[in-house]
Amino acid sequence: MKAKYILFLSGLLAIASGLFFMTFNANGNWEFILAFRGKKLLLLLTIAYTIGVSTLLFQTLTHNPILTPSILGFDSLYLLIQTFLVYILGGVGVVLLDVSTKFAIETLIMLAGALLLFRTLNSENNDLARMLLIGVVFGVLFRSINNLLQRMIDPEEFAVAQSTSFASFNSVNSTLLTIGIIIATLSSFWIWQQRHKLDVLLLGKGKAIGLGIDYSRFSRQLLLCSALLVAISTALVGPILFLGLLVCAIVNAVSPTVSHSVRIPLVFCISSFTLVLGQAIFEQIFQLQGVLSVVIEFLGGLVFIYLMLKKQK
Amino acid sequence: MRYLAYFNFFLLLILCLISMSVGVADFSWLDLFQSPEQAQLFFISRLPRTLAILLVGATLSIAGMVLQIVLKNRFIEPSMIGASQSAALGILIATLLLPTTPLLAKMSFAALCALMGMAIFMLLMRNLPPHQKLMLPLIGIIFGNVIEAITTFIAYETDSLQLLSVWFAGDFSGVLAGRYELLWLTAALALLIYIMADRLSITGLGQNISTSLGINYHQMTWFALIIVAMITAVIVVTVGQIPFIGLVVPNIISRLVGDRLRQNLPTVLLFGANLLLACDIIGRTINSPFEVPISTIFGIIGTLIFLYLLFKGRR
Repeated sequence: MKAKYILFLSGLLAIASGLFFMTFNANGNWEFILAFRGKKLLLLLTIAYTIGVSTLLFQTLTHNPILTPSILGFDSLYLLIQTFLVYILGGVGVVLLDVSTKFAIETLIMLAGALLLFRTLNSENNDLARMLLIGVVFGVLFRSINNLLQRMIDPEEFAVAQSTSFASFNSVNSTLLTIGIIIATLSSFWIWQQRHKLDVLLLGKGKAIGLGIDYSRFSRQLLLCSALLVAISTALVGPILFLGLLVCAIVNAVSPTVSHSVRIPLVFCISSFTLVLGQAIFEQIFQLQGVLSVVIEFLGGLVFIYLMLKKQK
Repeated sequence: MRYLAYFNFFLLLILCLISMSVGVADFSWLDLFQSPEQAQLFFISRLPRTLAILLVGATLSIAGMVLQIVLKNRFIEPSMIGASQSAALGILIATLLLPTTPLLAKMSFAALCALMGMAIFMLLMRNLPPHQKLMLPLIGIIFGNVIEAITTFIAYETDSLQLLSVWFAGDFSGVLAGRYELLWLTAALALLIYIMADRLSITGLGQNISTSLGINYHQMTWFALIIVAMITAVIVVTVGQIPFIGLVVPNIISRLVGDRLRQNLPTVLLFGANLLLACDIIGRTINSPFEVPISTIFGIIGTLIFLYLLFKGRR
């Protein structure tokens, strides 16, 4: 009963923040505003879903409420792949590829890379701090190689690669957004079907296998799904390191149950609420368009430190 | 032990010669004393740059080593406990609020901020059980990110992001005669560390042992932190941040010849300088005539070595 109540409340909050985003300070041509902000809202919702849910899946998969795909360097891996493509094909080649083919290539490499990275990290599973540290350092390594490649590329081609390296909610490629929404929707059906299996996974590897789950296959599927969602969000707005962690920490704190049939929608609602309201406030009230990602980084970093220290006690 | 130091010294000479000969402008050693232009090029650009790299590489490595010994954790260095990032924040604040004060005053403020950053971090970490060695660098990196986020926010607000990039990403391409001399301060600080080396080593043995050996534990710990903060601030202000070097160099040396601060100091110093020189030469030649900043090159090489150490440490 309580779960339903909280779910309802967070849903209301998410819708209210959406309405606020669409209408606040909207004086002018309504047709233009609705189309302009509507597209942005769709983008924010897609990001909210992909980042929130990918983190939740990842945390279930690793039995760990501190891990997120981006802390382990998944999104810097994606950026590296993006730059690498420009480096090999040249800016012209990349522009000639249409958006969906490019996204498909990048995502395929990303999935392979994510599997590999996760296997490397997972062999360190016995020590959380070591695994996290290795992930973080891999992230720095990917970013440095990315940086190097960007400098080796022609300045003109560099502009092509540069455009996606910073988290920004202001420029969206419509085709990419459509693809993102389609994949996100499809993935949500699959995830929703798996919700009970996900609950079983929370019991631990041994029990899950005992209860009839093909553990290695299912965990690989989850990892791929999570990586796919990360790829979408990174392709759309660039890296946002800590949003997933922030949102999942809030969800774990307010949710009365660990059942995924509650937490999946809850993650989506709270993530949308945070992102949409944050964007509305920063864009309309403070007139600061690009800073939201910096603020998320700041708050998320604090949450991370808090969680780590709490775990120690 | 001895041989390693000699080898590094020899290597240093070679790398210095290469470093001074490499660059966009044509330069030949033969003309150095004949043509005034060549001499100008040498004394204004090439020599200062090489010296700056030597100083930074050597002193950052020592700063890392001192931190590792005093805080009893192999996996830390100035940029992993918030010192470098706090120094960048400090110099930004000083530049914004008091743009007319002399550089030395701003730098002192940056050092103060670096010290404060480290103090806050240690306050956060004071309850950490001593066997959790890797928690310190992990939380330290994130702590650095948080400070960096604050700094970026302030810079964004005040339209000074471009200014900030100078202090964030280490780069020696701006080093000319007259613009790097403050780095010599770090050499003085390194000398101070050498004089105090044995006391610092004892401090690293813990509070009880150092007290019974007549060393004031808290005083020495603060002494070490203040020196590290000053070295970090001077370097961040003049050339920018170069992460991982303070971590990687002492680790490699102690793997090869063990831990003794006073004895290892010359080797660490030479090796740090060598590594940074080599990286700078790579950065200057890999995409010539353009330069790749040293922080990028070292970001790759340093993280690779760090990853090696992490994987290796498991066995």
